[in-house]
Amino acid sequence: MLQTIGRRLLTVIPTLIGVIVVTFLLTRVLPGDPAVYFAGPAATPQSIEEIRKKLGFDRPLPEQFVYYVSDLAKGNLGNSLSTGQSVVEEVATRLPASAELTLFGLFVAMVIAVPLGILAAVKQGSIIDHACRVIATLGVSLPVFFTGLLLVYVFYFLLGWAPAPIGRLDIFYSTPDRVTGFYLIDSLLAGDVETFRAALAQLILPVVTLAIFSIAPIARMTRAAMLSALSSEFVRTARASGLSPYRVVITYAFRNAMLPVITTFGMVFSFLLGANVLVEKVFAWPGIGSYAVEALIASDYAPVQGFVLTMAILYVMLNLAIDLLYGVIDPRVRLEG
Amino acid sequence: MKRRDFLKSMTAVAAGSVLSAPAVWSPAKAQARKETLLLVTENGPNNLDIHGVGTNRPGYEASWNCYDRLLSHAKKTLPDGSASYDRDKLTPELAEDWTTGDMSATFKLRKDATFHDGTPVTAKDVKWSFDRAVTVGGFPTVQMKAGSLEKPEQFVVDDDHTFRIDFLRKDRLTMPDLAVIVPGIYNSALIKKNASEKDPWGLEYTKSNSAGSGAYRVASWKPGVEVVYERFENWKGGPLPKLKRIVWRTIPSAGNRRALMERGDADVSFDLPAKDFAELRSEGKVNVVSTPIGNGIYYLGMNVKNPPFDNEKLRQAVAYAVPYQKIMDAAMFKLAKPMFGAASNQAQSLEWPQPHGYDTDLNKAKALMAEAGFGEGIDTTLSFDLGQGVVSEPIAILIQENLKQIGINATINKVPGANWRSEMAKKSLPMMVNFFSGWLDYPEYFFFWCYHGQNAIFNTMSYVDPDMTAMIDGARKAAGEGDWKTYDKDVKGFVTKAFNEVPRIPLFQPYLNVALQKNIGGYCYWFHRQLDYRSLSKA
Amino acid sequence: MNQAVSPEKVAPAAEIAAAAIAAATVQAETKAASPAPQPSIFHHARYVIGENPVTGLAFAIFLLIVICAVFGPWIVPYDPLASNEATLAPPSAIHWFGTDQLGRDILSRVIVATRLDLAIAVASVALVFLLGGVSGVAAGFFGGWIDRLVGRLADTIMAFPLFVLAMGIVAALGNSVTNIVLATAIINFPLYARVARAEANTRRNAGYVLAARLSGNTEMRILLAQILPNVMPIMVVQMSLTMGYAILNAAGLSFIGLGVRPPTAEWGIMVAEGAAFMVSGEWWIAFFPGAALVLAVFCFNLLGDGLRDIVDPQRRT
Repeated sequence: MLQTIGRRLLTVIPTLIGVIVVTFLLTRVLPGDPAVYFAGPAATPQSIEEIRKKLGFDRPLPEQFVYYVSDLAKGNLGNSLSTGQSVVEEVATRLPASAELTLFGLFVAMVIAVPLGILAAVKQGSIIDHACRVIATLGVSLPVFFTGLLLVYVFYFLLGWAPAPIGRLDIFYSTPDRVTGFYLIDSLLAGDVETFRAALAQLILPVVTLAIFSIAPIARMTRAAMLSALSSEFVRTARASGLSPYRVVITYAFRNAMLPVITTFGMVFSFLLGANVLVEKVFAWPGIGSYAVEALIASDYAPVQGFVLTMAILYVMLNLAIDLLYGVIDPRVRLEG
Repeated sequence: MKRRDFLKSMTAVAAGSVLSAPAVWSPAKAQARKETLLLVTENGPNNLDIHGVGTNRPGYEASWNCYDRLLSHAKKTLPDGSASYDRDKLTPELAEDWTTGDMSATFKLRKDATFHDGTPVTAKDVKWSFDRAVTVGGFPTVQMKAGSLEKPEQFVVDDDHTFRIDFLRKDRLTMPDLAVIVPGIYNSALIKKNASEKDPWGLEYTKSNSAGSGAYRVASWKPGVEVVYERFENWKGGPLPKLKRIVWRTIPSAGNRRALMERGDADVSFDLPAKDFAELRSEGKVNVVSTPIGNGIYYLGMNVKNPPFDNEKLRQAVAYAVPYQKIMDAAMFKLAKPMFGAASNQAQSLEWPQPHGYDTDLNKAKALMAEAGFGEGIDTTLSFDLGQGVVSEPIAILIQENLKQIGINATINKVPGANWRSEMAKKSLPMMVNFFSGWLDYPEYFFFWCYHGQNAIFNTMSYVDPDMTAMIDGARKAAGEGDWKTYDKDVKGFVTKAFNEVPRIPLFQPYLNVALQKNIGGYCYWFHRQLDYRSLSKA
Repeated sequence: MNQAVSPEKVAPAAEIAAAAIAAATVQAETKAASPAPQPSIFHHARYVIGENPVTGLAFAIFLLIVICAVFGPWIVPYDPLASNEATLAPPSAIHWFGTDQLGRDILSRVIVATRLDLAIAVASVALVFLLGGVSGVAAGFFGGWIDRLVGRLADTIMAFPLFVLAMGIVAALGNSVTNIVLATAIINFPLYARVARAEANTRRNAGYVLAARLSGNTEMRILLAQILPNVMPIMVVQMSLTMGYAILNAAGLSFIGLGVRPPTAEWGIMVAEGAAFMVSGEWWIAFFPGAALVLAVFCFNLLGDGLRDIVDPQRRT
C-alpha cells in the first residue's frame, strides 16, 4: 500500500508545480494594484511607491516568484493584506468550517439520494423512476445561492423555525476548544451539549441548500450502478435461489454497486468545496470559499494562492483516500492492484 | 481491516449522528442578550488601528471607540429630534482644559485618566501618538496635514500633564482636526515594548490589540467574522457607557441583515440599501434615523484633462441630461437632499453642500451637444465602485439611459474594490459615479480635496485651474485670520466657478441611515459616519 | 495411429461455414435487391421520446426557449431597458411579471434574456467542444506526447476549485460575456478532453479506421472524417448538460459581481439582484427570472438524458 501511495504522490508533483505557477501568474494578472489599495484613501504617488516597496511588488516577476517558492518551502504562505493575518492560520481556521458544512451536506444528500437511486433502479421505468429523475434534476438546476436565500426567507424570516443566518454559532455561545475545528465534534468532546445544539441549528439551512444541489449526481450514479449490478449474473442466481428481495437488492447488488457511487462522492465533495463560495456568502459562513472570494476581489494575492494550493493538495489526498477505500470495500481491487 | 467490520462501524457512526439530531432548538440566553449590543454590517475591520497600513472604514470605528483624543465635540439636537455632533462646539476628552494663543495651543490633561492596562496617560504619550500620526504616512498623515499638523517639532511636552502644539500657520482647521479619529492617544510604553527595529511604531501590535484609553477595548477579534468589545470600567473621558458588551458581526448578505433586524435578532444595522431603510421606517418595527452626511456629495465626475470631457459645453450638456429626480426616487427612495434645480449657478450662501442650477432638460442638453461640436454623438465608459454598487448601480443605469438620448453611448464599468482605488489614482476614468465627504465640515476643506491644484486623489476629475486654486487658498487663509469678508467672496467665488465649469455634477447629499431596535437609545451622528458606542443604551 | 481430426468432425464444420457464407450472400442480395426502409434516426428518436414522456417534455420546453431566443425582441410588450416610474409593481394585467426597482417590465426582460443566456450556453459549449473535444480526440488517437500534454493540462485545471478558477479568470480579464464564456469553457475542458480521449482510444484500432489507413488516408483525415463524427454523439449528450451548467455558472458569477454588465438582461444577474428584494416581499423580481433559469437548465439536463437514450441506449443512467 505504501508503494501505491508513494507512486501516486510522484505523479502528482508535476500537477502541483503547474498549479503553483498558474496561480502565481493569475494573481499577478489581476487588475488592480494592491499597493494603491493599501496606501489607503488620500494616497499620494510617494506613499503608493513606499507601500509598493514595503510589500515587495516593485521587484521583477521572476524574483517575486523565487521568493514565493522559497517561502512555500518553509511552510509560509504569506500574509493576507486585507486581514493582516497569516494565510496558514486563516486557512487552518476556515478549512474545518467549510469541511464541516460540506461533509454534513454530503451526508444528508447521501441519505436521501442513495435510497432514491436504489428505488429508481429497482422500479426502473415506472412513475417512481421518472419522479426520482425529475426531482433530482430539479435540485441541480436551481442556482445554489437562490436556494439558500429562498430557504432563509421561508424558514427564518416567514416561519421563524430556523435560527438567524449569522454564521457558525450564535453570539452567546463561545466556540468550543479546538481539537478538530469541527464544532459538532469539538463540542461533544468537551461535553457541551448546548453548544452542540446551537452549532447544529446553525448548520441546518446551509446543509439543506448544499444537499439539494448534490442529490442529483449521487442519485444518478447510484441508479446507474444499481442497474448494471441488478442485471448481472450473480444477482440472477441470487434471485433464482429464492433469496428475499431485500437480500438480493441490498446485500448483493448494492454492495457491488457501491464503488462508482463512492467515486461520485469524492468528485462531488471536491466540487462542493470550491463551490461553497456562494453558500458561504449567503449564510455568513466563515469558510475558506468566502475567504478566497474576498481576497480575489481585493486583489490580495497571498490568500488566493494559499487557497488554491490547499484545494489542490486536498484534491490529491481525496483521490488517494478514495483509491484506498476501494481496496477496503472491494477486495478484488486490492488483490489485483 | 475486514470489509464487514468497516461497514459495520460506518453504519454505527451514521446511526449515532442521526439520533442526536432531534433536539435542535433551544432558546437564547435572555439575560446575556439584554446586556449585549449586536451590530451587523457587511464588512468588518481589517485592522484595529487607524494608523495602520490600508485600514478600512470599519477599522476606523474600532479606533474611535477604543482610543481617546484630546478633544471631542459636544452634541446638539437636529430639527427631526435626532442627535448629532456639534461642529462648532469642542468639549474636553483627555484634555480637561486648553488655551489657544496666536500661534500655539496649550492643553491641560486630566490627571486621573489611565490606559486599559492601568498606566496613567501622560503628555509624553500624547506627543508620541502625534509624532506617530504625522510620520506613518498614508491616510493618517495626510489627514493631520489638513489641519496644518505636519512636523513632530510642533508637538511639545511642557510637563507630565501639559502638552503644547505650535502652529505652522494660522489655520481654522487645526483645532477641529484634533477631534477626528486620527490623533488618538496611544499607550506608548506598551507599544514600544512590542515594537521592533523594522516596525518602530508598533503597527503590527496595534493592528490586533487595542492599546488605548478609550471607553471600550477589543476583547476578541476574528477577522472577517466578528469583533467583541468590552467596556473599560475606568474610563475617564466622559460618563461611563451603559453597554457592557458589544458584538459586531459581519453578515455579507443585505437581505439577511434586514431579516435579522425585522425579527429583532440584531440591534443595529448601518449599511442596508436605501429602499430597505425607507420600508423599515414605514413598517415601524424598528427605528430608522436618517441624517444628511455633512460635507458629502454623490456626484457624476468627468475627467477634464482628456478629451472629450475637456470641453466645457459637453460637460454642461451632460449636466442637463442627468435624470435628477428619477435618481432621487428610484435610487435613493428620497432619502437624500437634492443638489440640483436651484435658481442659478450663482452661489447663494456659504452653506455647503448647496444645489446648482442644472435640472433635467434634454432639449437644452442636445443643443449644447451640438454647440460643443459633438452632434454625431460619442462613446465613453461610465464607471463606479462595485463596493458602493447598491447605490451607484441604479444611478449609473438611469444616467446611461438619458445619455443615450442625447447621443452619448456610455458602457457601464463595474470596478471591484481594490481596482477602484488604482483607477482613481491613475485618473484614467473618463466618467464616474462616486461619493466624497470631508470630515471637517467646511466648504474650503471640501474644495481643497476636490478642486485644488494639488490634484489630490479625490480630485478625480484632474481639475487644475489657477483661479480656483487661488480662491481656495484665499478662503483658507482668510478663515485662519478671521477675515470674513474675503472668506465670503472667495467661497462664493469658487462655488459659482465650480458650478459653471461643472467638472463634477453634484447629484444629491445622501443621508446616513441607521436602523435601531426600538429599545436602543442614545444614537448620535458623527462626521466620520461610524457608530459611537459610548452614548448607546438598551432598555 | 490416431487421426487429429476425424473426417466426420470436419464435414459438419465445413457445412456450417458454407451455410454461413450462403446466408451472408443471401443477406447481401436481399439488401441490394429490395429497398426496404431501415428504421431511420427520426423514427428511433420518435420512439424514444414517446416511451419517455419526460424527454418529450424537455424537447417541448427546448423549442419554446429557442423561439423566445430567436423572436424575443419582437414579441416583448415593453422595452426591456426602459425605466419608468412604476417601480416595484407586483404582477398585474399590464405587467404580467411585475416591474423591477427601476420600473422595467420583468416579462420583457426575461424573454429578451433568453437570447443572451442561450448564446452564452451555446458559445461555451461550442468553444469547449472545439478545445476539449478536438484535443481529447487527438490525444486518444495519436497517443504519445500529445496524450501526455493534454493529460497534464487537464489535470492541472482539475486541481483548481473550478468555480474559483472561473472567478479568477473573469476577474483578471474583465467581466464581459466573452470572458464568461471563455472561463466556462476552460473549466469544462478536462471533462471533454477525458471523454473524447476515451472514445477515440477505443476506436483507434477499429476496423474502419484500419481500412481507411490502408486505403492511404492521412492520420489527420482519419481523425477528422472517421473518429470525430463517431465521437460526436457521445459528446452531444455531455454538451447538453454543459449548457445548463454554463447558465448556472454565469448566474453564480453575477451573484459575486463578476457577471454581465448592467443594464443587460440576463437571468442570472436578474436573480442575483432580485434576491435582495425577496426579504422585503417583492418576490417577483427574483422569482420569474429564477423560474426561467431553472426551467432552461432543467430542460437541458433532461435533454441530455433523452439524447443519451437516443444515441447510446446502453449507457442509460
